Amino acid sequence: MGPRVRGDDSVTTWPMLELATVSLLNGVVYGLLLFMLTSGLTLIFSMMGVLNFAHASLFMLGAYLSYQFGRWVGFWPALVIAPLACSLIGAAIERYGLRHVHRSGHVAEILFTFGLAYVIEELVTMIWGRNAVANSVPAVIDFPLFSVFGSSFPAYKGLMMAISVAMFVFLYLALKRTRIGLIIQAALTHPQMVSALGHDVPGVFVLVFAIGSALAGLAGVIGGFMLLTQPTLAHAVGPIVFVIVVVGGLGSLAGALFASLLIGIMQTFAVAVDYSLLDLFRALGIGVTRTSPMYEFYSIKLATAAPIVPYLLLVLMLIVRPRGLLGTRDV
Amino acid sequence: MNDSGMVAAPAAATSQGAAARYRVWLAAAVVLAILPYVPGLDSDFGRSLLSQMGIAAVFALSYNVLFGQTGLLSFGHAVYFGLGGYAAIHFMRAINHGLPIPIALVPLAGAAGGLLFGLLFGAVTTRRAGTIFALISLGVGELVYAATFMLPGYFGGEEGITASRTKAPSLFGLDFGSQVQVYYVIALWALVAASLMHAFARTPVGRICNAVRDNPERAEFIGYNTQRVRFFAFAVAGLFAGLAGGLHAINYEIVAADAVSAQRSGAVLLMAYIGGAGHFVGPILGAVALTWLQTSLSGYTAAWLLYAGLFFVVIILFAPAGLSGLILMHGPIVRTRAFRRVLGTYVIALVPAAVMAIGAVLLIEMSYRLSTQHELGTRMRLLWVSLDAGTPWPWLAATLMLIGGFLAFRKTWRRVAAAWQDASDEARTARFAAGAR
Repeated sequence: MGPRVRGDDSVTTWPMLELATVSLLNGVVYGLLLFMLTSGLTLIFSMMGVLNFAHASLFMLGAYLSYQFGRWVGFWPALVIAPLACSLIGAAIERYGLRHVHRSGHVAEILFTFGLAYVIEELVTMIWGRNAVANSVPAVIDFPLFSVFGSSFPAYKGLMMAISVAMFVFLYLALKRTRIGLIIQAALTHPQMVSALGHDVPGVFVLVFAIGSALAGLAGVIGGFMLLTQPTLAHAVGPIVFVIVVVGGLGSLAGALFASLLIGIMQTFAVAVDYSLLDLFRALGIGVTRTSPMYEFYSIKLATAAPIVPYLLLVLMLIVRPRGLLGTRDV
Repeated sequence: MNDSGMVAAPAAATSQGAAARYRVWLAAAVVLAILPYVPGLDSDFGRSLLSQMGIAAVFALSYNVLFGQTGLLSFGHAVYFGLGGYAAIHFMRAINHGLPIPIALVPLAGAAGGLLFGLLFGAVTTRRAGTIFALISLGVGELVYAATFMLPGYFGGEEGITASRTKAPSLFGLDFGSQVQVYYVIALWALVAASLMHAFARTPVGRICNAVRDNPERAEFIGYNTQRVRFFAFAVAGLFAGLAGGLHAINYEIVAADAVSAQRSGAVLLMAYIGGAGHFVGPILGAVALTWLQTSLSGYTAAWLLYAGLFFVVIILFAPAGLSGLILMHGPIVRTRAFRRVLGTYVIALVPAAVMAIGAVLLIEMSYRLSTQHELGTRMRLLWVSLDAGTPWPWLAATLMLIGGFLAFRKTWRRVAAAWQDASDEARTARFAAGAR
């Protein structure tokens, strides 16, 4: 899934430096895209304690809705309308679904959103068909912004990075510096007390879920044309989002940003490296022949193994530091 | 889930209770024996369906060792099913190449594979419970799924690994030439696996699993290492999932990457939950229901996954104890006089519910036709009516049925609730009277 780094035709004197710079840039772009995806989930999890398996589905809905509205009213209005529509859908999910399941505990909540992910995937298929829709980069943001080592950096990636950073700043300030943020945080741990003080706790939960869904939708608008807008999109990005949440530390916003960038950069570099364990053994002078056991395992190129890098990181993190990079609490 | 029937064992198991339990297993064996000759199921298709149900039932039961019994929500249980399946299919290949072991014993290789990987991954994943465990299981599932494509020598990539179940030494004249023989081997193994899992739930370890599920802190206080208990349950679940994978290998003679996929992990979760994780037979019910839904509906409609998903969401919202919970709920009131009224209100409520369901089905099927099967045109036959999805009338009628049915259903449901109230009041009074006597 990571953006591939293609060799450039132009002659450069610093091939390694070029590779490193371009990979780093692509890694940051990919990482910020992952953060867009994760931010809403982190918000919902840290505020409501609900692990929303339908989050990637709302991301996918955002992609489809922006495609549809983009065809009707153009890209810029769609950038606003699609997230708003997603927030309404999210609010409805909370109000008419999750709220009733809440009584049966967290497992039932997770399972409810898990079932919802199935339903949304099939509903999307029902409306837009099984094949990918032609959700290409809108012309208004498809121009080169600047160029690095001869390869140009498109404007839509710049827009994506800007939105992603804005999301982080918005969430951070909203949660730490505003009154409503404090109420939201208090409602998680002391719902009765907050309610007794005259705040509408169920309303707060609807609001949080709506904002989280809007963030997913906004990510979907941008992610839709960077990835492929098809019904399996949610499943393609879903697991990696959870990896980020665990690696970053459950409920930690800064941790999510950090983990997104880490995974984005690691995966992009892994794709660019065309070596295997076999090459390492040879360089070290260890003889491995075709007949030795696990030869097939040794000969996997790192580039081929790139998709599993996040999951390896997840398992490693669990062994070394179970609470995640910046997590403060064990769940 | 916590108020499960599984925990509520008789304080002292009398010999009478034990005898009743053996009778249940005997009855199950008899039913399994005659099923492939029951009219409607006595074809190759029916027997193959029964075989699939048997495999799914073992798999779902193994899932429930984690979920219902130990409270571990796993999103990657297919890993142990699939890796057990791969172990079994490689074992079958060895048999094809001259290893003198009958095919009927192949599931043991699957069980060994499932156990091995259950121990391996369980050592890491069971360090945590709850939400983190769920996420880790998801990650391990993705890891293994990706690995099947990276190691094509062992996993065969997309095409998978094939073997033959007929090219092997025969045992008791079994040559696996017909589906009915395959069925009987699967049924026998399913019965053995089910009784072993049932017995496991009643061992002291099985009971401690319940304690770890319900109150891990207290389980720690009375001296149990909760992590070790989770690990133990995980290994047992892996073993039986691997056994199911071995049965899968015999039934299909192929194991491919889809055996370890997230879809299969999701499916087994749906089975266990829809059937009801709180009772031993719940997962079996769920496995039978979903397998039937999949094989019968997928022939008629492209939307069967949507129906399965909606069914799942409805169960979570309105019947968290699953199908078995719904059935067991009627136990206390079945002898009351008001029970007949309950049944009567069920019949009345069923009419608007059916209207609502038909409206929904029409809408879903017409939308699917327009979006995924363009080439078939807009004229279609649905539920005994032919209609043209290109005109607005069927859409209007279906929408009216959906909304009208829903409103009427809400009204009739109140009468069901009232009748229920009366019946349970009556049952309670009767219980008090019996206690006073």
